[in-house]
Amino acid sequence: MTDNSLSVLQHAAAQRILILDGAMGTMIQRHKLDEQDYRGQQFADWHCDVKGNNDLLAITQPHIIEQIHLDYLNAGADIIETNTFNANSISMADYDMQSLAREINLAAAKVARSAADKVTRQTPDKPRFVAGVLGPTNRTASISPDVNDPGKRNVTFDQLVESYQEACHALIDGQVDIILIETIFDTLNAKAAAFAVDMVFEEKGVTLPVMISGTITDASGRTLSGQTAEAFYYSMRHVKPFSFGLNCALGPDLLRQYVEEIANVAECLVSAHPNAGLPNEFGEYDMQGEEMADHIGEWAQSGLVNIVGGCCGSTPEHIAAIARRVEHVAPRPLKAQDVKMRLAGLEPFVH
Amino acid sequence: MSEQIATFINIGERTNVTGSAKFKRLILEGDYETALDVARQQVENGAQIIDINMDEAMLDSEAAMVRFLNLIASEPDISRVPIMIDSSKWSVIEAGLKCIQGKAIVNSISLKEGEAPFIEQARKIKRYGAATVVMAFDEKGQAETADRKFAICERSYKILTEQVGFAPEDIIFDPNIFAVATGIEEHNNYAVDFIEATRRIREHLPYAHVSGGLSNISFSFRGNNPVREAMHSVFLYHAIRAGLDMAIVNAGQLEVYDEIPIELRDAVEDVILNRRDDATERLLDIAPKYQGDGKVAAREDLQWRDAPVAKRLEHALVKGITDFIEEDTEQARQEAAKPLDVIEGPLMDGMNVVGDLFGEGKMFLPQVVKSARVMKKAVAYLQPYIEREKEAGSSNGKVLLATVKGDVHDIGKNIVGVVLQCNNFEIIDMGVMVPCAQILQTAKEHNVDIIGLSGLITPSLDEMVHVAKEMQRLDFDVPLLIGGATTSKAHTAVKIEPHYEGPVVYVANASRAVGVCQKLLSPTQKQAYVEDIARDYERAREQHAKKRPRTAPVSLSQARDNAFTCDWADYSPPVPKRLGVIPVSVALSELIDYIDWTPFFLTWSLAGKYPRILDDEVVGEQAKQLFDDAQAMLKEICANGKLQAKGVCGLFPANSIGDDIVIYGDESRENVIATSHHLRQQTEKPNGPNYCLSDFVCPQRFGKADYIGAFAVTAGVGEDELAAHYESSGDDYNAIMVKAIADRLAEAFAEYLHERVRKEFWAYADDEVLDNEQLIAEKYQGIRPAPGYAACPEHTEKGTIWSLLDAQQHTGMKLTESYAMWPGASVSGWYFSHPQSRYFAVAKIQQDQLQDYASRKGWELDEAARWLAPNLD
Repeated sequence: MTDNSLSVLQHAAAQRILILDGAMGTMIQRHKLDEQDYRGQQFADWHCDVKGNNDLLAITQPHIIEQIHLDYLNAGADIIETNTFNANSISMADYDMQSLAREINLAAAKVARSAADKVTRQTPDKPRFVAGVLGPTNRTASISPDVNDPGKRNVTFDQLVESYQEACHALIDGQVDIILIETIFDTLNAKAAAFAVDMVFEEKGVTLPVMISGTITDASGRTLSGQTAEAFYYSMRHVKPFSFGLNCALGPDLLRQYVEEIANVAECLVSAHPNAGLPNEFGEYDMQGEEMADHIGEWAQSGLVNIVGGCCGSTPEHIAAIARRVEHVAPRPLKAQDVKMRLAGLEPFVH
Repeated sequence: MSEQIATFINIGERTNVTGSAKFKRLILEGDYETALDVARQQVENGAQIIDINMDEAMLDSEAAMVRFLNLIASEPDISRVPIMIDSSKWSVIEAGLKCIQGKAIVNSISLKEGEAPFIEQARKIKRYGAATVVMAFDEKGQAETADRKFAICERSYKILTEQVGFAPEDIIFDPNIFAVATGIEEHNNYAVDFIEATRRIREHLPYAHVSGGLSNISFSFRGNNPVREAMHSVFLYHAIRAGLDMAIVNAGQLEVYDEIPIELRDAVEDVILNRRDDATERLLDIAPKYQGDGKVAAREDLQWRDAPVAKRLEHALVKGITDFIEEDTEQARQEAAKPLDVIEGPLMDGMNVVGDLFGEGKMFLPQVVKSARVMKKAVAYLQPYIEREKEAGSSNGKVLLATVKGDVHDIGKNIVGVVLQCNNFEIIDMGVMVPCAQILQTAKEHNVDIIGLSGLITPSLDEMVHVAKEMQRLDFDVPLLIGGATTSKAHTAVKIEPHYEGPVVYVANASRAVGVCQKLLSPTQKQAYVEDIARDYERAREQHAKKRPRTAPVSLSQARDNAFTCDWADYSPPVPKRLGVIPVSVALSELIDYIDWTPFFLTWSLAGKYPRILDDEVVGEQAKQLFDDAQAMLKEICANGKLQAKGVCGLFPANSIGDDIVIYGDESRENVIATSHHLRQQTEKPNGPNYCLSDFVCPQRFGKADYIGAFAVTAGVGEDELAAHYESSGDDYNAIMVKAIADRLAEAFAEYLHERVRKEFWAYADDEVLDNEQLIAEKYQGIRPAPGYAACPEHTEKGTIWSLLDAQQHTGMKLTESYAMWPGASVSGWYFSHPQSRYFAVAKIQQDQLQDYASRKGWELDEAARWLAPNLD
């Protein structure tokens, strides 16, 4: 990101509530792709099934991914997220594609860049930004995989750092504007991601805005690894993020109190992209765009948020409804907090 | 001043191999389990941060640090507080930083090796997201005087804030606490130097903190804990006033400054503040007088026994203590004019306190049930005296409770009964499987004020409608309460209330019951409340009528066209190792590992996921207590055999024909011994199939051998007797506990048996390795849907399982006329092995499927409509 576009982004964030895009997986599902579609020509002979490897589609079906990006941009998204939720060597091992992580991130960043640039050319007064997504991986650094040995781990901090470095390098090479560490259910994974991002920035001599978004997994109000929202913020605050917020797991109705908890303590912008409700008994998301916009519109009115969008189950219709609803609402003002030492275990500790 | 003291932070010091011989021994022996207890105790004793140090020559310090931190991460009652990683080796610190998700403190870095490594380490700490302790140590050594201490701290502060960009509030200076009273004259001013340096740091280095390792100060009095504690307290007293805002201390061992004997305090103060040259000698002289064995272990505080009897009764009720209840009740009886006055006076007063605390959310259900146990014991003690005086007790009102015909589930109903009793309602509990006529007859005979119905399985909903209609027909006018797991406000409003002109109220949970009953029996509030409810239900009915289906219905033939299918021609169904019926017995102790505890807490209205609930801010204490009680009872019933588990399963040749599964007597597949009927999802599914369980068994037309399994298990053999035993001794808490545990064991049995089926009997997954969490999350191949639940909601299909397995013969389990299983703690269902088999909800079906199902079952349409009512609009 050039200094110019960073200042454009900051300026825009000061003026209005920014719109993030919605779910990628939900939109991909609509295409009902089969194994052959996923493989494309490039991986026709791959030795194991790849159906379900959505991140691979940036290489094998780039036009589908770009169209989804365009749909979200046209629905009003200021920021689109690269289709790279699982595009790290750790998650890709599920498909024996760990060696393709760089290639996938690079392809996904380029597809998103191309879509964002197309729309920016149409509306130059409203430039669009690409957030390169670093997902949580499918392993947890602070939770044991073996109930009989709570001290065991199936991934280390160093392995995570290495994997995230590779992905982050590729995203920046693919010209993303922002790094988005999202769907964080284990803060130690996210700390490894932030650690890697910081190293890559240093190596490349660039600094992009970093967005951080965690996941409160259930009504206990905690992340999967057991932290409260406030403790989670204090654990990641050293990143000096561009924005901090929550996504996934809950619908807007259940997520509100935790977004508020973060809005109360965050010194940066606050983001939220909840699911379109909770899945029903068939695993489908029922909440329609207008209903979701009712909730998020209320958050905006209450001064809780600066960046809003959707996660699982949301579609361009949801994003368009949300964008209309918050268009004329003032963003949450930035606030300074008292200078105190803010530590955290599972719970916050301020001194 | 007082604000400084209030914000002073205790850092726990016991998890330090250099400071605690016990901790060192545990770590060297590899006894991490007990080492964790040390950490836990510190947090319980008030440590707000815990310091962890593994610097020991005999130890792989890095490995020990990583192991201990990873273990702590799994202990929410420890890891809720921030951690201080304490080591003189950077490699150990860095290894530790890689294990901590929260924001920790590094202890420590310094300018000892010069600026370059100091800056590099500080940069890394910043990148890991931690705060840090900085020692007053530079290239020349550790600072001893106040001037040098401050100079080094100031230099470090400048480098950190100006060159590294370290947040000043994340810097904690440790200006070195050294031992005093060593007999070496140069040491005499060490405490004063520390205190003075602290004052200057706090004045001149904004936002930075000051900390220190407290136990050093008293090093020369090793072995004399009372003197050491006095030195610690006096030192802290003065250092905190100078700005010390945190320290590494043993939070369980701090004498209160004001409680130190004057003579000792003065002598210690002379030493700490270096007030006279002979201070050390004077302290040495008096020290042996105070030599003791340290603090006495925490003992039970029985001070409350000194209060007047009414207060003692209140205390016993609130705390659920039965130990003294009879002697206290006796004393209260002697002081009262009539025995009944004890109940209506101090006991009811105490219960009112309990009720208030419960209402304010300051007490939780398990505590209230324990309070009720105390109350019952007291009342039971008074009963003979009251009988003698032949007076009838007055109560808030009489409530009849019953689980309806065909249903055996009563945990929720029993909890409601106890809660109401606590609030002085008289309860007539008719138990389970009570026919409508009996309920209404008893209600008339006892002239009850309220009738409460409970049920867990869906057919009970119909039975409740039936009771409401009968109440109308027989001209009842008392309020009817509806409760139980499958009941809902919507169902009550739509299906029950319109049939009865008296008040009908849905009670969502036990804590609501008291308020509802009080309002219904209050002459002043009743009318308004009943009108409110009626309006509320009218609205609920309107909403229900307006509710359009989220997804459109499709015809049965359309749904069947969109059935789940797979490449059957290419699929080879796994062949079971053992066919036929297999009775299974298992010791309860084997099932414990399979228990999913989360629903257990829900039974007691404590919401939260196990094990995290044990550490929940609001209900954690209660959950822990409850869990301990459950463990104790588990241990007891495993040992005494009063509860037993019995089960049976079977695997049979089978193929599907349409939505039915035909089950054969043997591999010749000529002799059909049973047909299992299933229902198909009937709403539009744009993204997937319309599932029916029969889809997961190979259709007959492919001519392939496939199989189905069935099972019925119970862990409730003896539960009723055991619960009755507790009830008869007035112990409702344990009566409910038995059933709650039996329920969990039955579910655990089902999980256990399913695993054996997958690995041993059907043996299609003999290499499966899953832990309990993964089992709970159902991360295995195959499913075990239970008739009466979402995927196969029709209850009479249990009859097919019973006859296939000869379940009653093998296990003693019975089916009621509503097809509820007896004993209550039972589970039954089907096994499907197909790798794509999954759980789903049949949800709403249409008239065409109703007719089709009726004809497949050989039922009249009416009968089919009755059994399928929950799935019809």
